[in-house]
Amino acid sequence: MSAIWQLLQVFLVLAVAPLITGWVRFVKARLNGRIGASPLQPYRDLYRLLQKEAVVAHSASWVFRAAPYVTFAAVWLAAAVTPTFTTQLVLAHAADLIALVALLGLARFWTALAGMDVGTSFGGLGASREMMIASLAEPAMLMVTFSLSLISGTTSPAQIIAFVLSGGVGVEVSLGLALAALLMVGIAENGRIPIDNPSTHLELTMVHEAMVLEYSGRHLALMEGAAMVRLTFFMALIGGLFAPWGMALEGDGPVGVLIGLGAFAAKCFVLASGLAVFETAIAKMRVFRYADFLGGALLLGLLATIFLYLSEAV
Amino acid sequence: MAGSAPVMTQMSYDMAHLIGATVLMAGFQLLYQRRLFAVLNTFAFQALALAAAAAWQAHIQNAPHLYVTAAIALVFKAMIVPFALHWLVERLGIHRTVETAMSIGWTMIAGVALVALSILLVLPVTANASALTRESLAMAMSVVLLGLLMMITRRNAVTQVVGFMALENGLILAAVSAKGMPLVVEISIAFSVLVAMTLFGIFFFRIRERFETLDLGDLETYRGDRQ
Repeated sequence: MSAIWQLLQVFLVLAVAPLITGWVRFVKARLNGRIGASPLQPYRDLYRLLQKEAVVAHSASWVFRAAPYVTFAAVWLAAAVTPTFTTQLVLAHAADLIALVALLGLARFWTALAGMDVGTSFGGLGASREMMIASLAEPAMLMVTFSLSLISGTTSPAQIIAFVLSGGVGVEVSLGLALAALLMVGIAENGRIPIDNPSTHLELTMVHEAMVLEYSGRHLALMEGAAMVRLTFFMALIGGLFAPWGMALEGDGPVGVLIGLGAFAAKCFVLASGLAVFETAIAKMRVFRYADFLGGALLLGLLATIFLYLSEAV
Repeated sequence: MAGSAPVMTQMSYDMAHLIGATVLMAGFQLLYQRRLFAVLNTFAFQALALAAAAAWQAHIQNAPHLYVTAAIALVFKAMIVPFALHWLVERLGIHRTVETAMSIGWTMIAGVALVALSILLVLPVTANASALTRESLAMAMSVVLLGLLMMITRRNAVTQVVGFMALENGLILAAVSAKGMPLVVEISIAFSVLVAMTLFGIFFFRIRERFETLDLGDLETYRGDRQ
């Protein structure tokens, strides 16, 4: 049974990713007083890009051509093994949280390489900024991982979810701190507004867009798809680890899985709408303030661990 | 980590823990803010959380006088003091960015180190107290130290005063979580803060009249030992 659910999961994350991105854009447009494109627009965009010819710069090497495939594969794999609606996945135990961080790091590494490969100044600038953000966001995410695994005794997301659902943990301060830290990391990793603006092509503020500026056609479709799947992955991770209610556990039948699917849809809806409201309410941050923002996330993670120590010692 | 006192359920323990941590987080927020008005709003939020902490302690300790403490915190510290400081800042036309003596990042790191220090300090000393008291004392101590840190690392007199008030919030947090603290002490603390606040206000006017700034760095040239 778990093989079927795994297969469903692999294609589910792919299928809903553009819808989630489209929904965020739609809500943001409405909040800005615009009518906005339909939430289904990203599907059309991706389809259009896939139809188009991929133009590659003369100076580009094989790295530039390989990067979209590696990036997309790494992010897709990360999203596929993170429980979204059920923990009974064949591959759920193949990757723990640390491996997920590594997969994201791999994707980011290849995107940055591709940004530098063509030799335009924008690509290099975006890659340099992306690496600066990553060097701050990754330790914060690992700190969250550590505090979660200290609570539950495991680093596997499926087992953490099972532990939380079994009532092994009450209202814990550390969990709240870890949630705040993970939300901040998620915003940074997905290039959302206080850190990066996903809808801009203004050179001063671009990070992710600057790296993929040279791409076109199916390469661009893969890069944009990877960004959408990454957003879905973070929503699944945050919704799964901190609000796992409704998720189907080991031994649950198809009914449990249906409930799990409904719960996943509800979580994505809440998180995506919340993200849109947050992005509308807040202004883009100066590049030199990233360190404070992500340093704050790291310290929240650290405090979560300290509080765990405190409640252990008492 | 179960509550040790029989009357205390896991739920009430967790809630007290959560509210105490909120006060502490507000202390960190104070260190992070760069705008004067944001600092004042965060301070008001911290006082609000403190009032909630006092009210919750009153509820679980069955000590009605703590409700008075909560009301004092709510009215004086969450409303009157922030409004008064707000008014002062507008009235004096103070430059509204917070000037720091140390970068924000380093201040935050120092803050985390202080939290660790106070936990290491409080836990061995209070070995006989109940679990709830020990945790609250550790948090209250952290809030006090963060207030001190804020006083040290800010250049502007208004933010230093906010640091002082935050420090005092930590004292109240310690007082409400220890059983048997007489009400008189808390009321007198609250009023001394109000008096201090008035005095600070007068001082702001005097300092600015005399030196035309509230940046305390500029005052150092007037110190005797530097000449």
